[in-house]
Amino acid sequence: MNTKALSKVTIHFAGDSGDGIQLAGSQFTNTTALAGNDLSTFPDFPAEIRAPIGTVAGVSGFQINFGSETIHTPGGRPDVLVAMNAAAFKKNFPNLKAGGIIVLDSAGFDKKNLRLAAYAEDSTPIEDIPKEYQVHAIDITKLNREALKDLSLGSRDKDRSRNMFALGFIYFLYSRSLATTIAFLEAKFKNKPEVLEANLRALNAGHNYGDTVEAISRFKVAPAKMEKGEYRNITGNQATALGLIAAAEKSGLELFYGSYPITPASDILHELAAHKNRGVKTFQAEDEIAAVTSAIGASFGGALAVTGTSGPGMALKTEGLGLAFMLEIPMIVVNVQRGGPSTGLPTKTEQSDLLQALYGRNGEAPIPVIAANSPADCFSAAYEAARIALEHMTPVILLSDGYIANSSEPWKFPQAKSLKPIKPPIIKTNDNYLPYKRDERAVRSWALPGTPGLEHRLGGLEKEMETGNVSYEADNHQEMVKIRDRKVRLIAKDYPKTSLVQGPSSGPLLVLGWGNTLGAIQVAVEQALSQGLAVAQLHLKYINPLPEDLGEILSAYERVLIPELNNGQMVRIIRDNYLVDAVALDKIKGQPFMADEILEKIKSLVSND
Amino acid sequence: MTEPNSATFTAKEAASDQEIKWCPGCGDYSILKQMQTVLPSLGIKREDIVFISGIGCSSRFPYYMNTYGMHSIHGRAPAVASGLKIANPDLSLWVITGDGDGLSIGGNHLMHLLRRNIDLNVLLFNNEIYGLTKGQYSPTSEVGKRTKSSPMGSLDHPFNPLALALGADATFVARTIDRDPKHLRGILEASNLHKGTSFVEIYQNCNVFNDGAFLSYSDKKQKEEHIILLEEGQPLVFDEGRKGIRLNGLKPEIVDLSAGESLNDLWIHDSRDATKAYILSRFFDDTFPRPFGLFYQEDRACYEDQMIAQIHQAKATQGETDLDDLLRGKRSWTVD
Repeated sequence: MNTKALSKVTIHFAGDSGDGIQLAGSQFTNTTALAGNDLSTFPDFPAEIRAPIGTVAGVSGFQINFGSETIHTPGGRPDVLVAMNAAAFKKNFPNLKAGGIIVLDSAGFDKKNLRLAAYAEDSTPIEDIPKEYQVHAIDITKLNREALKDLSLGSRDKDRSRNMFALGFIYFLYSRSLATTIAFLEAKFKNKPEVLEANLRALNAGHNYGDTVEAISRFKVAPAKMEKGEYRNITGNQATALGLIAAAEKSGLELFYGSYPITPASDILHELAAHKNRGVKTFQAEDEIAAVTSAIGASFGGALAVTGTSGPGMALKTEGLGLAFMLEIPMIVVNVQRGGPSTGLPTKTEQSDLLQALYGRNGEAPIPVIAANSPADCFSAAYEAARIALEHMTPVILLSDGYIANSSEPWKFPQAKSLKPIKPPIIKTNDNYLPYKRDERAVRSWALPGTPGLEHRLGGLEKEMETGNVSYEADNHQEMVKIRDRKVRLIAKDYPKTSLVQGPSSGPLLVLGWGNTLGAIQVAVEQALSQGLAVAQLHLKYINPLPEDLGEILSAYERVLIPELNNGQMVRIIRDNYLVDAVALDKIKGQPFMADEILEKIKSLVSND
Repeated sequence: MTEPNSATFTAKEAASDQEIKWCPGCGDYSILKQMQTVLPSLGIKREDIVFISGIGCSSRFPYYMNTYGMHSIHGRAPAVASGLKIANPDLSLWVITGDGDGLSIGGNHLMHLLRRNIDLNVLLFNNEIYGLTKGQYSPTSEVGKRTKSSPMGSLDHPFNPLALALGADATFVARTIDRDPKHLRGILEASNLHKGTSFVEIYQNCNVFNDGAFLSYSDKKQKEEHIILLEEGQPLVFDEGRKGIRLNGLKPEIVDLSAGESLNDLWIHDSRDATKAYILSRFFDDTFPRPFGLFYQEDRACYEDQMIAQIHQAKATQGETDLDDLLRGKRSWTVD
């Protein structure tokens, strides 16, 4: 038996949506993270909780890309496919790298499963796999039942641990320890000893199967050379939640999160609800409108008020956002974007709510917009959104998306003391308090109910400058619209200097991205540079207001390419603001970019001369 | 809930400096006056009082009170107030809404506020018409109402606001009327004393678009026959003691006391009896007199108190770790 060292591997786990694929994937991720690899994951599942069993539509997938080198994306074509049934194989085999490894449960390829996967009668997909692939066709169902035969569980329950058998085998292939998963199972099933026993046995049986099969090649992926420090693995939604908690604590405020469950944003609510011991107040509202308006009330009361949602919920929050803007109170709206319009593709990713974030309100209502670009970046994006909201007295939209929300990566988490302090302009006394009197940044002060002498009334009607009394006066309205606009534009004065991710500071092409495209663009541009193409990369975090130095940077390049998971939205913003004839690369398939897709476009725009 | 004690500010100080812009003769003036009269006597500091409204004529109310206030968006005041009360449970909150704001566009929020029993007061000014949009029928307008949007008569069956509140398990349900200042003040005081969501329907005359809608309940010549004042522990009598209500099983009956029926057989008002409260709420056509007063009250834990109890429990069981522990999580590793 030989063990081969690899610098990078991509594994795709696939099976029925009830097969425990996400669990197996996240276990492999935790083990891999603790083994010191850099990694990136991407869960991809159907919108239905239990989609029709055995069908291609019901396939749930989890992809992980890990290595001893720096990892920027969950990988393009996988090296390894784990398929628990024929449908999972049918859906994912075409994407597997030529000569890749296939691990499959042959019991999932019986007549019934072949029919459900819509294979032609009498087809033999396993036998038809070209010889160049390494196939491990294992009757996992049978072997697993055998390993569990003396347990009193029914065969359905026994079969539910097949994912652990497959995971055990993969652990064997990649020379991984079982310890993390054993500890996890012991905690998860501590009150169900028989189920625990079944899962432990399945995991071991899978591992031992690898050991007994002769002439199998094993692999080893050494730890990555990562920056020194302490790490943990984190998903985007978890990181968003932690960013909000950190911002509340650093600003000395209570965190209020009003939300209505919606895919793929609900995990933020779940995560925050688990931190009541930190005083976090979560409110599961009756609808999206109550979610945003309860946050408005909480903000008025002095909380760091947040509401979270996804596309259709964002549409419902529009009027509330207008009110928060008019009141000039701090609030964060997290939009974990998904495929749209309408109900769209609830479990798939897209970046198509950008124009909605920028313009989706009645009247002149510019709202600051920040975009997170990776799972771990959700922490700093959420923290920064809170800082801007609190220090500039404005609602802020934080754009995340289904891809980074559910994906995970190692995170070199910051120390609490290194986080930027947040100073909301709360006032306690003022002999002549005027609610809409502003400081040099055009920011008004924040007087909280309960403070004597600062009683005042706010509302959605237009306000007189400084006093905040209702005013329908013509010149006042024009002036107030201009003031509110200026206030938002002045936020850009706080930004750090904009810097390139990589590449020359001028030249034939700049690839400009925002949000979840960071990793894919990074890999594509790295490859382009290594092939001698003079390409640079810039990634935007601040979408509104745009950085003041952006125009100058853009003007140093002959062309600007903007890859986006939408029908060309940022490209319009750039054209509109800078009269730059940017080139769009769109992908609207519910899936993130693969680096190759971007590299190909780069090559079509610049030549190697 | 705050115990009343000495006045902390004057009725004059309760009024803001803003010019009141309701139509002359509007019932809202009376309600505003009674609120400004009652408020100083409740023993609550002016800075701890907040009025939250939605949209509509009644929703301009917060601008006229010299307290904290928010004129929010249409129908959403219950949700805004819920968030505010959760954020700061020490505040005394008053939601000002109307039949359109509270029962039409904001019906959902009202219903959920009532079931959650957040400790605040909802005053629903019911004028059975849309005033601010100039006279369309509302969700409490009678069937067949002819308005600009219903020239052949409205088709919508009206809401019965108190039955709706009881159906949503409200813990304090009362009705009063703009033209009876003393009764109105009494209900506002009782509402303030109740711990939980207080739902108060206030019949309010819109003298421009629906004048006289409640005349039979306010006009001295007619009202004795048409209203019944609910008093705790007292028999249900009306028409200056000439008539009373008796319960025959669960069926209410009007009895003629002047014809010798006994007072002892009458229905005794018990605001803690949910069944009786529901029957009373169905006194909604002209068969029975319209009841005014406290229909129902119940002690039930408030949402925000239970939330705080959970936070205390979580602190006790999970402990209060510092921010660094939170960021580190349960599984971290070090790269040297």
